[in-house]
Amino acid sequence: MTVYLDHAATTPILPEAAAAMTARLGSVGNPNSLHASGRAARRVVEESRESVARALGCRPGEVVFTSGGTEADNLALKGLFWARRAEDPRRTRIISTTVEHHAVLDPLQWLEEQDGADVVLVPVDRLGRLDLEAFRAAVEADPESVALVSVMWANNEVGTVQPVAEVVAIAHAHGIPVHSDAVQAVGQVPVDFAGSGLDAMTLTGHKIGGPYGVGALLLRREVQLTALLHGGGQERDVRSGTIDAPAIAGFAAACELSVKHQPELASRLSALRDELVREVQEVVPDAAYNGDPVSDVHHRLPGNAHLTFPGCEGDSLLMLLDARGIECSTGSACNAGVPQPSHVLLAMGRDDEVARASLRFTLGHTSQESDVRALVEAIGPVVERARAAGLTGKSRA
Amino acid sequence: MRVLAAMSGGVDSAVAAARAAEAGHEVTGIHLALSRNPKSYRTGARGCCTIEDANDARRAADVIGIPFYVWDLSDQFHEAVVEDFLSEYAGGRTPNPCLRCNEKIKFAAVLDRALALGFDAVVTGHYARLSEGPDGVELHRAVDAGKDQSYVLGVLTQEQLRHSLFPLGDSPKPAVRDEATRRGLQVADKPDSHDICFISDGDTGGWLADKLSDVNRGGAIVSADGEVLGTHEGSWRFTIGQRKGLRIGTPAGDGRPRYVLNIEPVSGTVTVGPREALSVSGLDCIRPLWSGAAPTSPLEATVQLRAHGEEHRAVVTPSAAGFSVALLDPATGIAPGQACVVYDGTRVVGSGTIAATVRG
Repeated sequence: MTVYLDHAATTPILPEAAAAMTARLGSVGNPNSLHASGRAARRVVEESRESVARALGCRPGEVVFTSGGTEADNLALKGLFWARRAEDPRRTRIISTTVEHHAVLDPLQWLEEQDGADVVLVPVDRLGRLDLEAFRAAVEADPESVALVSVMWANNEVGTVQPVAEVVAIAHAHGIPVHSDAVQAVGQVPVDFAGSGLDAMTLTGHKIGGPYGVGALLLRREVQLTALLHGGGQERDVRSGTIDAPAIAGFAAACELSVKHQPELASRLSALRDELVREVQEVVPDAAYNGDPVSDVHHRLPGNAHLTFPGCEGDSLLMLLDARGIECSTGSACNAGVPQPSHVLLAMGRDDEVARASLRFTLGHTSQESDVRALVEAIGPVVERARAAGLTGKSRA
Repeated sequence: MRVLAAMSGGVDSAVAAARAAEAGHEVTGIHLALSRNPKSYRTGARGCCTIEDANDARRAADVIGIPFYVWDLSDQFHEAVVEDFLSEYAGGRTPNPCLRCNEKIKFAAVLDRALALGFDAVVTGHYARLSEGPDGVELHRAVDAGKDQSYVLGVLTQEQLRHSLFPLGDSPKPAVRDEATRRGLQVADKPDSHDICFISDGDTGGWLADKLSDVNRGGAIVSADGEVLGTHEGSWRFTIGQRKGLRIGTPAGDGRPRYVLNIEPVSGTVTVGPREALSVSGLDCIRPLWSGAAPTSPLEATVQLRAHGEEHRAVVTPSAAGFSVALLDPATGIAPGQACVVYDGTRVVGSGTIAATVRG
């Protein structure tokens, strides 16, 4: 029996989403065809667009379907950068944070290396929360030169919710557009696109109980964006490619349901997560709880528990838990499975050793009390073992 | 037993892991990430440390049906193997990094961690045999003499051998490839790895030149009686016994080819001379590592002085620093830094690092 504590990596598909997707899989019809089958497919896509818009507080025309979060992030960052710089060549700066997902950090690095962007990554505090004064200073140092701002809604590793409203206020005071990667936030905390004031926002299907390989960039109608994928001109002419109607149907169903159930899920998961942290710390008293300790949707993702186990290698812990059927994550970036210390923890002021000694447990819609029980029962002996193994590394080094 | 299979991404370690699983052991596969920058190490066909190799190892583990993880040992590898390799060359010696890796990484850092994590043994694809003897576990040469890797395992102690499994020791290499095909392992026809995994283009001289240019800038090439014959740009370009690439202007008086006889790292002086001056009749070895009990009296044995090198009959006598070796069959081209592995028949007795050679 698998104890799945890695919902931030991907969460099980909701039965309603699977049903919506499979209902469409058997039907022919390219949504861009003009005949009856095409129109039927198109109708599914447009109804899906409307339900995504309803769930997230935007207009249907502001939903640009993509192949997922990474594509939406790339489209937002490169597309906004190119469009804004084309309007005014002085706009070469992009302001973001040190704790973004690689789907943001890597396109930024690419823009810097290949395309003359000047990327400013604003630091975070020890809880992983953006330093707003440093952010303000970065913007105000030369607002005319800022092409865009990108700040994630909530961190995928430590679960810290970022002050998106304040970021938007500071940037908009200078007319700078703001993008936010909200793939972890949707369904866990309240997300309203229009209310947030954001100009662009990334979401993805498989983190909210929808299928893999589909997501969206919500893009305010007035915002100009240079296309990344050129072709048939589908999706507002900024994202070409045959529209994946079945996946979009499943994604829309998941959006609708996860947003509808967000308040009750958040309160259930917060309680379960607090219990997980408390009981793990009872067994392993020196386990440190990383991220924002306040159990509130404005501070922390309700399903996220991120813990450091001093003296252990996260890899050892993960392997030992995996052998007992308990699945979690070291929360670190992987290069062909080669573990690197988490850039997020390093940015939060932890050293390499602490960063490597950490595990991320994330809860989702299928999580139960029994999952927490299983972890609490296993964690003591597992940490003891991993500590012994950690010491062998030190004696040799 | 719970065993940890070190999987390089090659055919040998994949079949070894499969055999261990088939024998009823609870096997977990690991790939050792040894490079700080995996792209800089050798590409798939020749090496064992690239992303492609990690993926090959992962696919093999899938096919065998065992869990698989990557362990990052790049820092330890860099310190214990790469830095050591450089400092040995800088000191005018010729090290074998594969032995060093077995001694410090695969059967030390990895084995220690495995034991602490609750594993009983490490299984690898080395061609060597283990058997139970009167004094403990014995390490023997593989059945396939062409593939025998007991030499690079000669650094293992009894304690390490007791926690090792080498399932390929009884098999010829072609049989291992056939078995890989039969088991559906995609790496069945992957070429063998050769050379040094951390030197990506195989150009050891160029790599050393790049890393050691500050340490050793060059010196004189002299004859055995001290006559200066030329100069060079770094003594790491030479190994004892080398004939080609000396670039000496004046030919030898007798017109016979000249070989590198000696490298003096501090002054950078490289001594050259005729082939017969290379002949070595004795060795002083330090850092002894015995597979079983250390010998206390002179031992008639055979010794092997390089990977895939020939065997020499010898008398091995324990000394204060390690052991000395009187070679009954002289050897040529022997350099300090190389490992001397001592055998009793097919059994590995132990090993030492050659500190000095006796010519004649």
